[in-house]
Amino acid sequence: MRLTASRLVCQQAVELASDYLEGSLSRRDRRRLEKHLADCDACTTYFEQLRLTIAASGAVTPDELSPEVLDTLTDLFRKFHEDE
Amino acid sequence: MDDAELLRRLVDGDERAFIEVVQRYHDTLVRVARYYVKSEASAEDVAQETWIAVLRGIERFEGRSSFKTWLLRIVVNRARSTGVKEHRVVPTDPLASERSVSPGRFDQGGAWIEPPVPFTEKIDDGIVSGPIVKLVRDSIARLPEPGRAVVTLRDVEGLSTAEVAELLDLTEANVRVILHRSRARIRTEVETTMQVDRS
Repeated sequence: MRLTASRLVCQQAVELASDYLEGSLSRRDRRRLEKHLADCDACTTYFEQLRLTIAASGAVTPDELSPEVLDTLTDLFRKFHEDE
Repeated sequence: MDDAELLRRLVDGDERAFIEVVQRYHDTLVRVARYYVKSEASAEDVAQETWIAVLRGIERFEGRSSFKTWLLRIVVNRARSTGVKEHRVVPTDPLASERSVSPGRFDQGGAWIEPPVPFTEKIDDGIVSGPIVKLVRDSIARLPEPGRAVVTLRDVEGLSTAEVAELLDLTEANVRVILHRSRARIRTEVETTMQVDRS
């Protein structure tokens, strides 16, 4: 039997979340974590939420540029091609 | 239109292609520049200088790296030298000692007392609903540096951890720690907003 010291508690599991999703955990930590997640609905929810927020970041589209910025950059483009 | 097609048209001097590239990347340039310089206005200037450098250099761009990486290298180099002129000290991670979840939500043995309630929104075939995306976008904008720059490059722009580390001159381990804290902060903010909405 493994020592109880090697069992993860929830508070430790959440600190491994990002590295787990990045695939950068050691094999040993990954196994300990997966074992914990298999028995823990709350941490599974936490990991699901983190995955969702990362996916949401990937779906962020840039803000519409303000008309002022757009005008400035358009002028800049036209001047550049006039000077060429 | 993909970056390669836009690029071809940009080399030909197509104004609409330029506007499209600007729409796509200007925000990101300002955000990345902001990590190095003292103000929003200064970051905006650096982003504009970057576009001039792009127009000057576009014909020499050889496509050995992606256009995005090339663009980001230009903005980082310019922002870095502007930051030096401004005597700005690049901020270290203020979230470094922050826990992913408030310690008060666990008992003494480290088990949840107040577990997270599942978000009502789910990822549906990899597509995230609009309201969550908006919450996350606002939350990223509020992140302290270097978290904002790191999350923008890694999670919004989709660069690899190694690319982010190289670009911002950080170690990969450092990038991972910054990502970890920042993502946890974003999750907490989304959770808090959803709880307020539910009650």
